[in-house]
Amino acid sequence: MSWLKPSWQAVLAIVLCVAGLALGAIAAPKVDPLVQPAGTLIYPYAATSWLIFGALLLAALISMARIPSVVEAVVLFIGAHLVAWLLIGGIAGFEGLARAPYFLLLTAAWLLGWRCVAVLSGLRPMASWARSALRLVIPAIFGAWILILWEAVTRGAGIPFILLPPPSAIGQRIASSLPVLGADVRQTIFKAVIFGYIVGSGAGFITAVLADRVPFLRRGLLPIGNMVSALPIIGVAPIMVMWFGFDWQSKAAVVIIMTFFPMLVNTVAGLAASGHMERDLMRTYASGYWQTLLKLRLPAAAPFIFNALKINSTLALIGAIVAEFFGTPVVGMGFRISTEVGRMNIDMVWAEIAVAALAGSVFYGVVALVERAVTFWHPSVRGG
Amino acid sequence: MTGTSPAVVAASRLGLTFQTNDGPVQALSNVDLTIGKGEFVSFIGPSGCGKTTLLRVIADLEKPTSGTISVNGMTPEQAREKRAYGYVFQAAALFPWRTIERNVGLPLEIMGLSKAEQAERIKRTLDLVNLSGFEKKYPWQLSGGMQQRASIARALAFDADLLLMDEPFGALDEIVRDHLNEQLLELWGRTNKTICFVTHSIPEAVYLSTRIVVMSPRPGRVSDIIESTLPKERPLDIRETPEFLAIAARVRDGLRAGHSYDD
Ligand SMILES: Nc1ncnc2c1ncn2[C@@H]1O[C@H](COP(=O)(O)OP(=O)(O)OP(=O)(O)O)[C@@H](O)[C@H]1O
Ligand SMILES: [Mg+2]
Repeated sequence: MSWLKPSWQAVLAIVLCVAGLALGAIAAPKVDPLVQPAGTLIYPYAATSWLIFGALLLAALISMARIPSVVEAVVLFIGAHLVAWLLIGGIAGFEGLARAPYFLLLTAAWLLGWRCVAVLSGLRPMASWARSALRLVIPAIFGAWILILWEAVTRGAGIPFILLPPPSAIGQRIASSLPVLGADVRQTIFKAVIFGYIVGSGAGFITAVLADRVPFLRRGLLPIGNMVSALPIIGVAPIMVMWFGFDWQSKAAVVIIMTFFPMLVNTVAGLAASGHMERDLMRTYASGYWQTLLKLRLPAAAPFIFNALKINSTLALIGAIVAEFFGTPVVGMGFRISTEVGRMNIDMVWAEIAVAALAGSVFYGVVALVERAVTFWHPSVRGG
Repeated sequence: MTGTSPAVVAASRLGLTFQTNDGPVQALSNVDLTIGKGEFVSFIGPSGCGKTTLLRVIADLEKPTSGTISVNGMTPEQAREKRAYGYVFQAAALFPWRTIERNVGLPLEIMGLSKAEQAERIKRTLDLVNLSGFEKKYPWQLSGGMQQRASIARALAFDADLLLMDEPFGALDEIVRDHLNEQLLELWGRTNKTICFVTHSIPEAVYLSTRIVVMSPRPGRVSDIIESTLPKERPLDIRETPEFLAIAARVRDGLRAGHSYDD
């Protein structure tokens, strides 16, 4: 049996497929009011059910043959996604009517997708472009399957739109509301978040350097900073709105308060992170305070500072969005979420969530990229 | 200890007691020592006898709690401010974000030398420790021994008249160690620097030094000072001569005496 290399995902997928076959129709038939004579039932998956079963079994079987890993991955990829696509395509018009085989087949396709990712992660290509392509493809398949399962389950089981709309509806909503979303992003992110982030992190950094230089500041400021960071944003936001008005300035103020402390604490810790021997070395060169700060202590603190910048990138977004719940001009991501929830436009809420998630990831990603470039020397970066 | 040349380091009744949580630790007590210009003095003794502490006191990294010490006729602090000495630490202490060449150039940047002068000194000292070709590498891309050599190059580039070296060759293999010992002697002979050198190796101490200071622990003190009768010109095979072996035996006896004191 040297031509066979079984994998548990493929075997289980075949078992599920056979069980699905035994359990009968993928989804229940329904009465179509448009078809004559009245009362005629129309059946889902009339044309595609054999294709679904066939593709699934074929992909699972081929994947277990002794073939090159790349071929195996391609077969699994095509099989898993073809089946998922057919399943989701066929359920259109039959939402909520899915029966057990639908979910068994979905699980089987997901198992093949899993196997595909497992095979891909095992690949060790020589070419560097192939390696970087793999680094993108694997999380992409992962993310795609979250969306596929979400779409298939919400539609197959007919989950109410209010509870959880399928991603396709959210996508449509995003596509049709681009101008509104764009205006919200401009208001919330390009004004409040960016400004607050830069000022808050900058102030935290400068305060940390001062606190490090002047001992009484360190003893006095750190506890106060600690207290400020413990202030509940829900309480601070309305006060900031009263102080700085309805526009983005009050949200930026909330972001400043939220981002100040992580930067302060991390920078203070980072400035203490350089080794004794390195500091003694600078002493033997009769290096002054600023020279030691610039040439030794700040570089040594860089990993800590970037840690704070990454934490702050998410905190800033949360702070600005939540602050908009407490008064804002009629634009902004937080404003949109709070009003559209009231109007039961849940897909718009999800659209804003998706945009916020995307913006947050890009923000974080940019900071992480700069971090890699600046702290290339740190064991955690150069190791990977 | 007949100081015909002016004293570079002069310590008298020097003592240092660390206050620790489990009571005071007497790291140095009653150290009397004069080091003249151009001397090569090795410090040898069991672990914890205060060799590093003595070097750190000379370097003004530690303040003595009793007695007096002067460096180049000044207080250690003034001497440090005047950049009177280069210090090689027990570990390489290179900055990982700087390339080897910029690590070696670090003291030169701080001193504010011109770019051309910096480049010239970096090249010369890296040649001296056989690290040419590694200028653009980062410390973590080099072996431990190469890192230690880079840190020696950094101290040499600083080019002070007094060189304090704390077990600089401890992490190196025998062959590289021999080579660097030769290089160091050659440099010392050529430049008339004063060198204080901590080591655990008796042959190394005897091979390099004009004087060997034997120390013993609890409290850390100088238990013997042995003048070397070896000529200034020392090929590596001098280590097989009876004269060399006789001095080594004396050092060994001194160390034994220090140890038996403990028991
Ligand atoms: N910062 C410090 N605080 C408290 N005790 C210290 C401190 N530094 C050194 N000591 C103590 O002083 C004594 C001498 O230490 P030192 O480092 O000078 O020894 P050493 O001769 O260099 O030893 P080794 O050969 O192991 O390097 C030791 O008992 C040590 O525990
Ligand atoms: Mg030591």
